[in-house]
Amino acid sequence: MKTASLIALALGSLLVAASPRAAKAQTDCLSCHADLSLQDASGKSVGVDEHTFGASLHGSLKCGDCHAAIKEYPHPDQITPVKCESCHADQAAGLAGSVHSVKAEHPCTSCHGDAHAIFPKDDPRSAVYPLNVPRTCGACHGNNGMAQKHGLPNVYPLYLDSIHGFALSKEGLLVAANCQSCHGSHHILSHNDPRSPTYKTNVPKTCGSCHAGITANYMGGVHGKAVAAGDLKAPVCSDCHTAHAILQPTADAFRMQSTPICGSCHKEKLSTYRDTFHSQLGSLGGYVETARCWDCHGAHDVLPASDARSPINKANLVATCGRCHAGANASFVQYQPHANARNRKLNPALFFVRLFMNLLLAGTLGFFVIHTILWMIRSRYDQIKTKPANGGKNA
Amino acid sequence: MPDLEQTEVTGVEPSHEKERYFRRFTRGQRYLHAALFSSFLGLAATGLPLRFSESIWARGLAKGVGGFGAILFFHKFCALVLTVAFLIHVKDLITRVIVHREKGIFWGATSMVANWKDVKDLFGHFRWFLGLGPKPQFERYAYWEKFDYWAVFWGMVVIGFSGYAMWFAPFFAHFLPGWALNAVLVIHSEEGLLAILFIFSIHFVNTHLRPDSFPMDLVIFTGVESEEEFKHKRPLEYERLRSQGKLEARLAEAPGIWQINFSKVVGFTAIAIGLVLLVLTLSAYLRE
Repeated sequence: MKTASLIALALGSLLVAASPRAAKAQTDCLSCHADLSLQDASGKSVGVDEHTFGASLHGSLKCGDCHAAIKEYPHPDQITPVKCESCHADQAAGLAGSVHSVKAEHPCTSCHGDAHAIFPKDDPRSAVYPLNVPRTCGACHGNNGMAQKHGLPNVYPLYLDSIHGFALSKEGLLVAANCQSCHGSHHILSHNDPRSPTYKTNVPKTCGSCHAGITANYMGGVHGKAVAAGDLKAPVCSDCHTAHAILQPTADAFRMQSTPICGSCHKEKLSTYRDTFHSQLGSLGGYVETARCWDCHGAHDVLPASDARSPINKANLVATCGRCHAGANASFVQYQPHANARNRKLNPALFFVRLFMNLLLAGTLGFFVIHTILWMIRSRYDQIKTKPANGGKNA
Repeated sequence: MPDLEQTEVTGVEPSHEKERYFRRFTRGQRYLHAALFSSFLGLAATGLPLRFSESIWARGLAKGVGGFGAILFFHKFCALVLTVAFLIHVKDLITRVIVHREKGIFWGATSMVANWKDVKDLFGHFRWFLGLGPKPQFERYAYWEKFDYWAVFWGMVVIGFSGYAMWFAPFFAHFLPGWALNAVLVIHSEEGLLAILFIFSIHFVNTHLRPDSFPMDLVIFTGVESEEEFKHKRPLEYERLRSQGKLEARLAEAPGIWQINFSKVVGFTAIAIGLVLLVLTLSAYLRE
């Protein structure tokens, strides 16, 4: 009998020991705050789900570890806000120097969610789990009012429809770029700040943290070299691909939108390209096969025609044109994809062909317009004069 | 204007029964014209969006026929139809010259080849426009009709050749210099534009919309025209046939009501499409 009660006691203490430590430690506070309907004077919920909290990252802490101002019961109605920075000093310092530095507008909980349900960032329940980050940031950055107030674009829908957004939301791909992959997390800076990973000259490195091969190609091309030399006019990744609405480069929409982007700097080249069949076909949409800038010039490692590695180097033209035009030969590649029929010095033959065609057009039409107008007037006059009775109808 | 239309109808209807009709165009010529204008309308409708690919309506029109791939397909299809029509006509000409030994093809009253009378008619016509002389008397083909014919003939050769040179560019590059590949697009688009502007403004007005024929000259559809119209428009041909005693051989039946109505539907549709394309072309061309 005595042995039996001893075993029962031992088992009982084991059971007690196995129950969540937190719950036991918080018993005093939770005797009130476990009630989820509990509200403070302002109507804010002050209930704590003890099981969720116990399982959370901070589950091993006691209430008093964070709510340090509360020493006794009953505690005052107004309590000092919790200071996360007392433990998370680095993150707090980063945030203080960031675009989100106004603490009242950006408390830690605005991104990390409910203070009593914070999970590690590799836990799907976390608000900063990679697949949850866009939604978390989108709570503000997908809001038109907030976008207008701060003069920012409403980037959330753009991102969601981008190739990164699709990979993340449709495929659940953890390595797909989410907001913080490019912008960082606590120390987010404006893209105008040279320290920001989204500052123009830093963009190749930022994108290159995933797209290493493409970035290496890019850095070897004229644009990459210009940017590395500090030329801020040269395009970086986001100038052609955009920052948030990044499309699959083979998609119709991307092929349609990107030629004018190259043309925003290369104006003369765009204008002469517009005169060609490549452009005329391509402008109508849906027909994405026609040559766009990068189909001939290369996309990332754009090189001058004088460079032997350039696809538009004379020695490579047959191969480059031959990618679309089966049977292209040396004579075929003398075609000038940027010929300017308006420039007599550059393209004399074309200039005179166009001049002849225009004179033929203007001459023929000019002569016959005069001929026809005079004829109409005279015929009508004759009809009315000779046969007024039937309205001048002749035949 | 409503008054005019009213009298027009009552003026023509009774004369229908008693009036004699004469054949002007053979069935083959009418079919050739039908193939010509329907493929030409198709080529214009699918070529203009390419020529003015930056304009607002170009993309809409491209979408309307099923996107870009469809537009190029239709353009090439119409080009093949027109090429076949052209080759049939050339074959017909060769047969008439070599097999039938028809000399009238190259010279004489019924030839399409311009002659001294055409030059005199042109100047005479202008004098008449200005009230300085009598109205010239025309033979089977007046000078502007010959111009229409040769303009289309030249146009088909030029546009056709430049079109095929682009279609089969790598093949043509075997015997054309590189800059010619640039030139063929300029030639194709400018000559195409000329053809479109000419047909949809000058040809439409000269042949169909001018007061003598308004609103449409149905002879190319029905093949026949009334004696009064024949005498009025081509008095020399009428006189020549009468004096040679060949007039009766050209007598034909009056066109049936269905034939007239069908011709009107087809003709007005073609003219309407042409005029819409003309407005679009002019609006885009002037904005360039």
